[in-house]
Amino acid sequence: MAHFTKPDGSWTEHFGLDTGPVSYEDSISPEHFDLEREAIFRRTWLNVGRVEDVPKVGSYFTKELDVIGTSVVIVRSSKEDVRAFYNVCRHRGNKLVWQDYPGEETSGTCRQFTCKYHGWRYDLEGALKFVQQESEFFDLDKNDYGLMPVHCDVWEGFIFVNFDREQPTPLKEYMGKLGAGLEGYPFHEMTQVHKYRAEIGSNWKLFIDAFVEFYHAPVLHAKQAVDDESRKLQEYGYEAIAYDVDGPHGMVSSWGGMAPPKDLNMVKPIERVLRSGLFGPWDAPDVGLEELPPAVNPVRHKAWGMDSFLFFPNFMVLIWKPNWVLTYHYWPTSHNTHIFEGTCYFVPPKTAFERLGQELAVVTFKEYSLQDGNTLEATQTMLESRAVTEFPLNDQEVLLRLLHTTARKYIEDYKSKQPATPVRISAAS
Amino acid sequence: MANKLPAQFADLEPFADWAMPTERARYDKRLASTMDELQAFYDAAFARFEEAAEYMKKVELDGISDEDKHLLWLYCSLVTVSFPIEVWRQPRVPDSGASSFDAVLEPAI
Repeated sequence: MAHFTKPDGSWTEHFGLDTGPVSYEDSISPEHFDLEREAIFRRTWLNVGRVEDVPKVGSYFTKELDVIGTSVVIVRSSKEDVRAFYNVCRHRGNKLVWQDYPGEETSGTCRQFTCKYHGWRYDLEGALKFVQQESEFFDLDKNDYGLMPVHCDVWEGFIFVNFDREQPTPLKEYMGKLGAGLEGYPFHEMTQVHKYRAEIGSNWKLFIDAFVEFYHAPVLHAKQAVDDESRKLQEYGYEAIAYDVDGPHGMVSSWGGMAPPKDLNMVKPIERVLRSGLFGPWDAPDVGLEELPPAVNPVRHKAWGMDSFLFFPNFMVLIWKPNWVLTYHYWPTSHNTHIFEGTCYFVPPKTAFERLGQELAVVTFKEYSLQDGNTLEATQTMLESRAVTEFPLNDQEVLLRLLHTTARKYIEDYKSKQPATPVRISAAS
Repeated sequence: MANKLPAQFADLEPFADWAMPTERARYDKRLASTMDELQAFYDAAFARFEEAAEYMKKVELDGISDEDKHLLWLYCSLVTVSFPIEVWRQPRVPDSGASSFDAVLEPAI
């Protein structure tokens, strides 16, 4: 029985997607992954941090991007804007900013970047300012040897980079209708940050698949609810309140009566005392928001609990009713591995009790994710067996279909723009 | 004593080794414990939970004392331990195999 109204019979058809079984070859082929690096990760806006990560002039952090084989340094310039550069010295290619281990990310504050190798120095705008023994060089013009910039822009406090060799679509435009509909949400009030990282033994898209459908939740996470509640959830199954799609991006709006629950017996003992749980602390902090931005709880449903936005390719923003935010990032390291990052953002707690409620929300997220993460390795290995090659997806899995369809489309577009392989003309005899 | 608790909660001192400042340390201790050890800590801390919750509602984080900090850390450990006791019936998340999920950034208390 349908609990929430669907348009035109199904969400999938409404968004112009086909309804046939889906091949997961795009998640198990190393060759396909190489194409994704070029066609997707080199050509889309990638979120690498928040403006709070670079609070003042000279604040910087590095980001290792294995997927495109590079490292970038993000810095608050002396003009107070945020800039990004390839993390490489122009002299002989040493990594410019790193600490102890070249492969590890780092952060700090500086007035100039100094290369560890020969002491070349760059200002916060990337201009080369000092060359050791400059007179030994041949016609060296420092103006020609500034740091190589990477396209960098900020949307609602989130810092994005783009490695396109040409001028990319502006970030605001790229974020589209769903991005515009989130503008004005008080992300900047949520500066209490807990960040987790995990190495996952699956293709990056498979973890997104797990997080853009909740069809799995009543089953995989059955034990996380008290027994009676768990049985009810499984019988009920899962239906979203609504979905929305705009270009490559999508969102799912979900119900959730757990913050606070209708009946205290529905939740675990620790949740009753701390008045918190998966959906966050039940007593929402004041964030000075009179009305939610239009993309959040888009149908203004009374039972609304949280929304999940997927901004293609690898950035998810989850907005929870009790005024907190969770973001997910999926950074591919090979066709069947990736690094997952989950970051919780809360309004800074005032009391020890509020801090404890946030701890419960964070740890609950971690316990769920551990269950999800290992299931994926089991999925990846069996997909790779190719014993089964086509899989049916249901209407509550519409965002997975969107993700895989979009990713394949980027590759087709990329291929169609590549010059045809030159025909070898043999020397005239 | 290293992890002294507020006088009102002195009876929890035998479990003061659970008062650890990071989620990673609390989780490691959980994995290194038996279910009996986890149950003993859970029972003792839960018995004082309502009272501790009321107490902590009055504790401002700004300028928090060492004793109150230890109490908060101890109850953060109760959060960590509540999953094996209330949900999993084992220290590890079931079916989580070798996967790990590590805190790389958490706000200091």
